Amino acid sequence: MAELDTSSGGGHKKKGPGVKKGKKLSTRVDLTPMVDLGFLLITFFMYTTTMAKPKTMQINMPDNDKTLTEEQKNKVKESTAMTILLSRDHRVYYYEGIGSDPTNPPEIKVTYFRAKDGIRDAIIAKKQKVEQEKRSNPALTADDQTTILIKPDDNSTYDDVVNILDEMNINDIKVYAIVDITPVDKEFIEKTEQANAVQ
Amino acid sequence: MPKVKLPRKSTNIDMTAMCDVAFLLLTFFMLATKFKPDEPVVVSTPSSISEIPIPDADIMLLTIDPNGRVFFSIDNKNMRKDLISAINTANNLGLTEAEMNTFAIGSSIGVPFSQLKSYLSAPPEMQKQYDKTVPGIPVDTVNSRENELAQWIDDARHLSGNKLRVCIKADADAVYPDYKKVIRTLENLKIFKFNLITSLKAVPPGTAAYEKQQAGVSQ
Repeated sequence: MAELDTSSGGGHKKKGPGVKKGKKLSTRVDLTPMVDLGFLLITFFMYTTTMAKPKTMQINMPDNDKTLTEEQKNKVKESTAMTILLSRDHRVYYYEGIGSDPTNPPEIKVTYFRAKDGIRDAIIAKKQKVEQEKRSNPALTADDQTTILIKPDDNSTYDDVVNILDEMNINDIKVYAIVDITPVDKEFIEKTEQANAVQ
Repeated sequence: MPKVKLPRKSTNIDMTAMCDVAFLLLTFFMLATKFKPDEPVVVSTPSSISEIPIPDADIMLLTIDPNGRVFFSIDNKNMRKDLISAINTANNLGLTEAEMNTFAIGSSIGVPFSQLKSYLSAPPEMQKQYDKTVPGIPVDTVNSRENELAQWIDDARHLSGNKLRVCIKADADAVYPDYKKVIRTLENLKIFKFNLITSLKAVPPGTAAYEKQQAGVSQ
């Protein structure tokens, strides 16, 4: 392996009377330091490099062109819409419709991002409801889809926003929008917090 | 009973094979990886099921740390040089050639224009110290002239011929208003498509996306 064959291959061992036999040195090299160095460098490269590229989520925001007239903008139908409010401590408030009728405030429910009874189940339930309604209600056409309005308030974190966008992908919701929260929605949150005695 | 004499074996092992393996691995790591970019702040990104990888080149990275400070960076070194000279002349910062070179080889920047000169003239170790306390790039959504982030983004995009892809890397704990300010800035510049950097998580079973994924696999 790491040594050279220095034994003189067979035959003439006698070199004559005057010739002194040189002392044979072993050519075996100790490779331990070299292995040490090798592994040290491996460790260094492993720590300083990135193997996996970070993943990204692609976002297309709606054009905020102010020249669009009111008619050109798509109107959200109350029956296919669901509004999700994001608030402090990763709490999620949601209600059916878009909350446009002040005389008839919607029923607000509170939930969290979790696997069971979380916002996901609410979204799936809404989706099924819209599918049912499409069959029974002639006012809705096949083009109508579940629309979700996401309104993060000032106490919500970026984590919440990414989570809710992720839920849209998970549940295959095609139409959704992040909208600014309205004072009415803020009031909804406050009222619900008070009702539940949240500090 | 007679004692069985075990032959005494040498404790010398042949290291050659091990050495080979070590250097093979070393070569692999050297070739297969690229260096982690130097980041001024540690940001833990939220996770999503999205599997789109970040583009290789031509990206503009906007980092938002938990305190809402915004850092700006582009990956192309040559473009960085052009960018800083454009910013320098537009704002009369009076940067020297050396300071501009510091920017070109540096990483993310998170100081307002007024502090840019003192930041860039500092040695690299001091810059790392400053990064802990710098206020971040001012993002004022009301007054567009004061919005320095908009200037950075706009200039960088012009230099690249609108090829730059905007990536936002925000900390999970950054509050929504901070994120919104950056988004509004992008919207004002008519940038409506951008990427959010997230870490990968598994698709939860029993959902629409899971069924899609399963269908995709079986095809």
